[in-house]
Amino acid sequence: MEFCGGHTFAILKNGIRDLLPSNLELVSGPGCPVCVTAISDLDKAIFLSHLPQTITTTFGDMVRVPGSHGSLASARVEGADVRIVYSTMDALDIAQENPQSQVIFVGIGFETTAPTIAASIVEAQRREIDNYHVLPLGKLCPPVMGALLKMGETKIDGIIGPGHVSTIIGSRPYEFIPREYGVPFVISGFEPLDILLAVEMLVEQIEEEDPKVEIAYRRGVKPEGNARAQQLMEEVFEVSNANWRGIGEIPRSGLSIREKFSHFDALKAYDIEPGLSREPKGCICGEILRGIKNPQDCRLFRRACTPENPVGPCMVSSEGSCAAYYRYGGEDG
Amino acid sequence: MPPTTAMAEKMDNRITLAHGSGGSLTHKLIRETFLPLLSNPLLGRLDDGAVFGVDKGRLAFTTDSYVVNPLFFPGGDIGRLAVCGTVNDLSMCGARPLYLSLSLIIEEGFSQPDLQRIISSVREAALEADVEVITGDTKVVGRGSADGLFITTSGIGIVPEGIEVSGTNAKAGDKVILSGTLGDHGMTILIQREGLGFEGPIESDCAPLNQMVSSMLEASHDIHCLRDPTRGGLATTLNEIALQSEVGILIQEDATPLNPSVSALCELLGFDPLYVANEGKLVAMVKASDSDRVLEAMKENKYGKRATIIGEVTGEHPGRVVIRTRMGTSRIVDMLTGDLLPRIC
Repeated sequence: MEFCGGHTFAILKNGIRDLLPSNLELVSGPGCPVCVTAISDLDKAIFLSHLPQTITTTFGDMVRVPGSHGSLASARVEGADVRIVYSTMDALDIAQENPQSQVIFVGIGFETTAPTIAASIVEAQRREIDNYHVLPLGKLCPPVMGALLKMGETKIDGIIGPGHVSTIIGSRPYEFIPREYGVPFVISGFEPLDILLAVEMLVEQIEEEDPKVEIAYRRGVKPEGNARAQQLMEEVFEVSNANWRGIGEIPRSGLSIREKFSHFDALKAYDIEPGLSREPKGCICGEILRGIKNPQDCRLFRRACTPENPVGPCMVSSEGSCAAYYRYGGEDG
Repeated sequence: MPPTTAMAEKMDNRITLAHGSGGSLTHKLIRETFLPLLSNPLLGRLDDGAVFGVDKGRLAFTTDSYVVNPLFFPGGDIGRLAVCGTVNDLSMCGARPLYLSLSLIIEEGFSQPDLQRIISSVREAALEADVEVITGDTKVVGRGSADGLFITTSGIGIVPEGIEVSGTNAKAGDKVILSGTLGDHGMTILIQREGLGFEGPIESDCAPLNQMVSSMLEASHDIHCLRDPTRGGLATTLNEIALQSEVGILIQEDATPLNPSVSALCELLGFDPLYVANEGKLVAMVKASDSDRVLEAMKENKYGKRATIIGEVTGEHPGRVVIRTRMGTSRIVDMLTGDLLPRIC
């Protein structure tokens, strides 16, 4: 299983599946921050965007994901002020420039984005900006891998580990995977050769029956990760349970804002009542995220669900499996 | 309280609704800003339309609107873009561009010096492309009704005898020639608009391609298709041609030239340069035996220095574009679907 959507894209774009022997299958995993955001959490963001005098900021992909009733993009059409930012600091600047408005950052992402969200909160404190709130939806990668292996729905013989996430957390947090589940784990970069190297290292581990954590992306990842980024995350966030789309609640797999910074927490500042959430009918994003189905298995794929008219998040995100298969998968994919 | 002199001067530097009323301020704007920069006998008559004769041949006619944000960007501005875009559209029909119309929709409060700068760019681009702006219009709309300035240009050109260029004409066996690097315009605009603070040497490729096209058509009468891959990028353009001509197109991934900064930025944001906009590039489908001659002609032009053959037209997989990757594998290249959005992780 390649954990990251970025890997799925690189694999399909470079035709890597065609280079591998037929007894080696690559399955996409849940490594797409937009895709794993629970629909109930997305509904909260859409609810907040409709409040008066509110500017909702988020990363690009998130805007187009359909919630239970419309998306952030459709909220914008209806008059909500929804803005795409490239960095959390842009969201903070918007707050500073619009003191009469409340600015909310929809804080999705893994360990890659969590330090930048933490940095925006620390900076908001320093600059005494009090109209900036974060909807904390950050998630952690190692716990979801553990959860998938524990569920045992898919037979995974090895994991291509996340490249960018591991630049932050290093390789050590994954050591429970070979130890407890006997599954080889190799961290890979996003170039086609990185991925081929990772596959080769995984095959070697399987053949030698010696599962361990290895790094095929030495130019980016150190075993100990990035201490400064980890420190920032630790300062602002605490580990909590989180709701994953298609998987459900996983203990200690999310990030909440610590009490010390709770005045920046949108969950505390607002009464959020988006109503009942419901998953789109016929969409199998959840099973795709768990690695038990492929996009081609979905009845909606390429028919009712396309990048222009997405039903589920996996067709929206530039890290989503369905979007990758749609764009690069060819006729059968 | 009467306005101070400084305030009055500041007001003087702004476009007001009165500039678009058709009255004295409109005339002042035309006389002082447009005519001195764009002067030519046809425009100078200030009639309701321009009347002109044409040589033998067929006419080509095109129109395009320009709404770029920001208005000024490294490598050009909306004025240069409005001339080059329309000149290039005519050129891609095999036409020799002759005349343009220039229609402006200006938001109230727009800076007069900026307008002057933009019209100067129109002038320079028109001089470079050897076309004349012979008719025009100006409207001013209230604040908030436009984003600074919108420009529409239409253009007329003549298609010389014997030239037959069309998106329907690609033939199996043709070589596919690309005039240079991909994605420079799209990434430049993105960096500027989003304030990405990326300090790489990236600038828009915005340029008039008509002179290069003239040399190409002199080198060969068997140029079957010409297209400028603007919005949607090369991938979308090639798909359009494959569908229109009912042919397959096979391109080599390692043959498409890229500026290192564009390549790095695309990798960082998760963009595919095949889908990023260009404003000064063309792709040509040329009879194989003439392709070297056409390539040489392109390389002699300053906008075709990095021209290269990137692939060929095939009888296989009609309507499909296939790319041979650096890994030696193949995949289908689809049209742009949805928007280009940066990745998060």
